[in-house]
Amino acid sequence: MSSVTPGELPDSEGKGKSPRHEWPLWEVFIRGQHGLNHRHVGSLHAPDAEMAIKNARDVYTRRNEGVSIWVVESRHISATAPGEKGPLFEPSESKIYRHPTFYDIPDDVGHM
Amino acid sequence: MADIDQTALLQFLLRMGDNTLILGHRVSEWCGKAPVLEEDIALANTALDLIGQTQLWLGYAAEVQGEGKSADDLAFLRDAWDFRNVLLVELPNGDFGQTLMRQFFFDAWSSILMPRLANSADPRIAEIAEKATKEVAYHVERSADTVVGLGDGTEESHTRMQAALDYLYPYVGEFFLSDEGDAALAAAGIAPDPASLRSEYDTFVERVMARATLTLPEDRFAHSGGRNGRMHTEHLGHILTQMQWLQRAYPGNTW
Repeated sequence: MSSVTPGELPDSEGKGKSPRHEWPLWEVFIRGQHGLNHRHVGSLHAPDAEMAIKNARDVYTRRNEGVSIWVVESRHISATAPGEKGPLFEPSESKIYRHPTFYDIPDDVGHM
Repeated sequence: MADIDQTALLQFLLRMGDNTLILGHRVSEWCGKAPVLEEDIALANTALDLIGQTQLWLGYAAEVQGEGKSADDLAFLRDAWDFRNVLLVELPNGDFGQTLMRQFFFDAWSSILMPRLANSADPRIAEIAEKATKEVAYHVERSADTVVGLGDGTEESHTRMQAALDYLYPYVGEFFLSDEGDAALAAAGIAPDPASLRSEYDTFVERVMARATLTLPEDRFAHSGGRNGRMHTEHLGHILTQMQWLQRAYPGNTW
């Protein structure tokens, strides 16, 4: 299986081209007021991690959305290749028995 | 509280509110045209914080004045000679670096003053300062980091930041000029004597400029006239024509 790195621009190595003068791209994850997990909210540009956190604060928490911020440079994220959606995900579509819905749960177990 | 010099108190509140009003308006001029989207939003956030502080300072000023006016009246219906902001905040934005250098000079002062005002003998002032302290703590961290990043950046950004420093530094001293009203408020525990903030300010600014590889001018000459209303720069009138035109053209209009 191959993977892709969405945040990496094709010419970021700058072979024969002039180096790009853009700040690197960062992915922003925010833990909301009541949420346990950090959730991906979007991306932004920043020169370094510290400024990425500050920019995330200014761009994504203006309306009191968060209590914690994570940032990671986009190039460090590996993702599944869109072209391999079939082999990766379709096989599980027919295996409904993997959902634990075929068991009778005794009443005294209560809420699961 | 009854024997506090109300003229001095009003003067102090106008100075605080006019500083944040004029700087907030200046910073808002970047809205929609900052160099990058992230900075655009960050500057707009800062401008909004400053305007929010203005509402509190000028709102209290209007009460102390006792002429039935509101914060909006003070902001939009006074002319240049009534404003009491320091000259620094009315200076043009220049390039992004100059804007951030000006912002840092203001934030550094504000971040030293606000925690002291949070202990003011006047509970209203303490309350406003308490809220502002948190906003200012973020502002100064952001502007200081940007000054360091640009000062210790490329040759071009360094040159521009040194030019901004040389241009703006003669306007810094006005923050620390004390007058009789300041002395009265200091004696009453309302607000610290402006001059008493200088050494902490200098230490802080020197530390940031050293990290930014920028050289502070040796000359301590200070332009003045804004906070005592003696004279403003030619820039203030231009700000007011833009900021006040709607209330001037359509008096009492609301939306």
